[in-house]
Amino acid sequence: MDAIILQILNGLDKGSAYALIALGLTLIFGTLGVVNFAHGALFMIGAFCAVTLNKILTLSHTVIDPTKTDFLGNPAKIQVPYVYDIFGESAGASIIDWSVPLAIFFAIPVMIIIGFIMERGLIKHFYKRPHADQILVTFGLAIVLQEIIKYYYGANPIPTPAPAAFKGSFDFGAMLGFDPNIIIYPYWRLVYFCFAALIIGAVFAFLQFTTFGMVVRAGMADRETVGLLGIDIDKRFTIMFGLAAAVAGLAGVMYGPINAPNYHMGMDFLVLSFVVVVVGGMGSLPGAVAAGFLLGILESFASMREVIAFIPGINQVIIYLVAIIILLTRPRGLMGRKGVMED
Amino acid sequence: MFGLNKQDTTLLIIVAILALFAPFILNPFPEGSALAQFNAGYPDLMQRFVIFGIFAIGFNILFGLTGYLSFGHAAFLGVGSYAAIWMMKLLTMNVIPAIIISVIVAGLISFLVGWISLRRSGIYFSILTLAFAMMMYQLAYSDLFGQLFGGVLTGGETGLQPKVSDPRILDAALAEGATPKAHLFGLEMGASHKMNVGAWSFTFNAGYYIAAFAMLAAFYMSIRIFRSPFGMMLRSVKSNQHRLNYTGLNPKPYTLAAFVISGMYAGLAGGLLVAMDTQVGAERMFWTASGEVVIMTILGGAGTLIGPVLGSGLLKYMENILSKINKSVLESWFSFMPDGMSDFFIAITNLFVGKQWHITTGVIFMLVIIFVPGGLVELGKRIGARLSRKKEPNNTDGSAKPEPAE
Amino acid sequence: MTKTNMSRRGVLKSGAVAGAGLAVPTIFTAQSAAAYTNEPTGSTVTLGFNVPQSGPYADEGADELRAYELAVEHINGGGDGGMLSTFSSKALDGTGILGKKVEYVTGDTQTKSDAARASAKSMIEKDGAVMITGGSSSGVAVAVQALCQEAGVIFMAGLTHSNDTTGKDKRANGFRHFFNSYMSGAALAPILANNYGKDRKAYHLTADYNWGYTTEEAVRTSTEAMGWETVAAVKTPLTQTDFSSYIAPVLQSGADVLVLNHYGGNMVNSLTNAVQFGLREKQVNGHNFEIIVPLFSRLMARGAGANIKGIFGSANWHWSLQDEGSQAFVRSFGTKYGFPPSQAAHTCYVQTLLYADACQRAGTFNPCGVSAALEDFEFDGLGNGKTLYRGSDHQCFKDVLVVKGKENPTSEFDLLEIVEITPRGQVEYDASIFGGNLGACNGGA
Repeated sequence: MDAIILQILNGLDKGSAYALIALGLTLIFGTLGVVNFAHGALFMIGAFCAVTLNKILTLSHTVIDPTKTDFLGNPAKIQVPYVYDIFGESAGASIIDWSVPLAIFFAIPVMIIIGFIMERGLIKHFYKRPHADQILVTFGLAIVLQEIIKYYYGANPIPTPAPAAFKGSFDFGAMLGFDPNIIIYPYWRLVYFCFAALIIGAVFAFLQFTTFGMVVRAGMADRETVGLLGIDIDKRFTIMFGLAAAVAGLAGVMYGPINAPNYHMGMDFLVLSFVVVVVGGMGSLPGAVAAGFLLGILESFASMREVIAFIPGINQVIIYLVAIIILLTRPRGLMGRKGVMED
Repeated sequence: MFGLNKQDTTLLIIVAILALFAPFILNPFPEGSALAQFNAGYPDLMQRFVIFGIFAIGFNILFGLTGYLSFGHAAFLGVGSYAAIWMMKLLTMNVIPAIIISVIVAGLISFLVGWISLRRSGIYFSILTLAFAMMMYQLAYSDLFGQLFGGVLTGGETGLQPKVSDPRILDAALAEGATPKAHLFGLEMGASHKMNVGAWSFTFNAGYYIAAFAMLAAFYMSIRIFRSPFGMMLRSVKSNQHRLNYTGLNPKPYTLAAFVISGMYAGLAGGLLVAMDTQVGAERMFWTASGEVVIMTILGGAGTLIGPVLGSGLLKYMENILSKINKSVLESWFSFMPDGMSDFFIAITNLFVGKQWHITTGVIFMLVIIFVPGGLVELGKRIGARLSRKKEPNNTDGSAKPEPAE
Repeated sequence: MTKTNMSRRGVLKSGAVAGAGLAVPTIFTAQSAAAYTNEPTGSTVTLGFNVPQSGPYADEGADELRAYELAVEHINGGGDGGMLSTFSSKALDGTGILGKKVEYVTGDTQTKSDAARASAKSMIEKDGAVMITGGSSSGVAVAVQALCQEAGVIFMAGLTHSNDTTGKDKRANGFRHFFNSYMSGAALAPILANNYGKDRKAYHLTADYNWGYTTEEAVRTSTEAMGWETVAAVKTPLTQTDFSSYIAPVLQSGADVLVLNHYGGNMVNSLTNAVQFGLREKQVNGHNFEIIVPLFSRLMARGAGANIKGIFGSANWHWSLQDEGSQAFVRSFGTKYGFPPSQAAHTCYVQTLLYADACQRAGTFNPCGVSAALEDFEFDGLGNGKTLYRGSDHQCFKDVLVVKGKENPTSEFDLLEIVEITPRGQVEYDASIFGGNLGACNGGA
């Protein structure tokens, strides 16, 4: 029982990352009809927004400390961040400590601008092109983006810790009447789950309750008719792309403390998030979210050693196996619409 | 000739001549010169050109004709490779049984995968093929079946290589100290002849010519398929499957046949890879490898005959040549410039070569797809058209320059 | 449209003739002018540095490449000579190898065995490399080693830690200076027993591939011999990035030690995740919960940030070693590049020097001669104390470092502290225990 509760928690947490990325992918696909292979790269750039902000905050000038020596025996150079000079050492240190949450405010404008540039500069020209062309051009873009990041930040993961206030883990078990230390869960992962739920809720509310959202939903259902009604759908598409990029970016920013960001993290998530989107059903936002959480939870269950002992190797293949079973029993995934990307 | 029309015969002959003289064509720069870095006429790369050409030709039969975008074709290549290496470990180092069995096994597996995946179309089909391929990759990388049955099936991370201690029941025992080498009735795949002409050096490699012969046969087969009623049928699947259904024809057997044929091409490529370089690793089944063949096909021109071969050549060339240009090579290139200027050029060029070679491939995908949607074949046609237009300046071409409305 | 139809029989006949024509010509005979593959004839000799330049190990590969460039500089008589002055063999005199200036070519292994072999083949076939070295994973090392055996060149392995490289997959043309899983286990176990007691319950998370298995096996056997109990061992997929679902059940199992048989990105992620779960603040069975990382890499440990503090592991070499050789190497590397070298850089530098020295002593570049000169060669002054290149499996035997994540690092490079230098005698084993067959050296002629 305790093990199952724990894996459900794990699954919700894994699922929130999948769901956020799949949500953005589906937004772009559903509104613009574009298969965006650069979406993983947007997630990665989001994570590097956090890294970059951290770098900016820790920009330092050198002070030579004659009492210490470095590895070659020369006097040690101590790096003192400018933030310390401006805000004093303790305030400066806590600003740096909170750099990941602060990066949210940094990432939103950056991601929206990147989204706008991508849509206006590249994606716009591919609305009428075959999906294979879209895949190739966005895949090319993803490679270029990740190589640029690699050029400046190197290939190794870069630690981006959560604020000290979120270190450690919360004891659910004690709350539910289990022995202490049995069902524990890290604070930051709980934060990530709540954050994901918030973003997903906001996107749905935005689409449901605003005029803009109504038009976009109408565009998703029948783009030609909306165009015939004289609505400037192009402009809205650009905004949608910016929004989807921001969702991917935010998912990335907050993911930094969970796994240290590296330049290929986008590619690691890319295939998985496509599987999620397709299992959810092409063009269905609730489908994408549901599939994200479903696959997250199933993946967590499959990694239990009792399950592995029962079906060896299941943890290696679970996602793909589930995808195959769902696609064979439900032709258009969980909630897909007929005729979308079936040609 | 060979039951082809004139145009196709010409194309086949051109490809045959290119393949035959590849050692010359790919080594245009004299040995020791700064540009020798760009020579591609060494056996391994020439072999890769034709082998991945076969892979892409086969993929094009499925994707180019039917429009079904498989994202898991590398799995069939991998399966073919594993089958081939087991032949070499158990039967003989002769490449013929290895290649035959690789085609058969890949055909069987692709029949199974295709039979299930073709129940869906569009992106649902793509994800099904991807899922099967990734499952096979994961199982091969951790060698699950080998572990379960207490033996070795795929060798996991370190893969499989022929060893001195393998049974090889058809071969005579190896001489003391000899290593098992792949051969065709005694002709070793690695056997090469070097020809020195002045400053140039050309290498003729037995393995390359065998692979090139297989590529020509594969290319010929693909022309025949493109021109056959079967090929017409596949094209009609691409243009409108519903209408095809209404005419009372069931397209599935045709698409499945195309899927299996392209899977067998992949198996042939996998078998040849092992024949030329006797080892298998699971990475060649990873999704990026499947993506690579998609890229090759589109880059060269999906649905065209020669496109996939060109695309695979370009991609493998970039992978093998650009990645070897390191900083000291750049320094020697730009050494004639004044200091500041050479530093500047080295810094700029360094962004695109050596460890950054991926960026060049990314940029080229984008440029080709943005500006020449039909891929390299389209590019060639456009250049050809422009050249012929230059020859006849009076040729009126209304579409190129629209007159402004008045 | 004109069609020229040939009869089926005719096609078959002409095909057979053409086939026979292809097979027969005598130009297709192996070149036999040279005594061995790529015998250098001019005033230079070319070495092939095959390192990961893209993919997750690119930074490690970059550091290896720096070390190679430094080694070439020193062998050609440039720079301050580095470890040449401390190396016990004095055959190298700073005039290249056997009077030939050393040149090099580089390639990208992408940490894939196919790409690594393609890159190595181009070095052998196109650039005439007489030795291939480098790599940052065992899969690649085994694949390239087998290739070099076939082609008849020497392979000097870079960073590869699996027992297989010089165990079941060993080859006569391949040599490894780096240590292996077995040695890690043997060196770690006594230290762990001293620090954490003998009544511990261990939980293993193991990367699901050969290196993971051999490391788990080594650590398990040696800790169990000390009295530890292994509660569970779970395999994690190599492509896993989030290990939370593997780490969450650890506390329930009653284990009080977590062993992470992971390397590279896997290690950074699983360790970060484990620390996130607050495992190290827990008390289980009256003990502090502890985490162990059998193979530490300082470059990768940087990715885990503060999470590595106080965690035990093993290493082949560390720049803070105080012996003369290490100091000389750190000095010349640090002066040239501005930061201390990694253990990957060290092993690559040493391998290049050892190869050059063996050629010099053998008086030839012939793989068989070089191999004979390396086999059972005993040397000192290269940073690991007295070292033996064992002839029966081409594995180096030397002291192994047990290291610990430093509590108060003074710089971004100062992440590990050396807890103990386990003497060579304690980590030696019989060459036959891993099986495999070395075969005979191949000169390629």
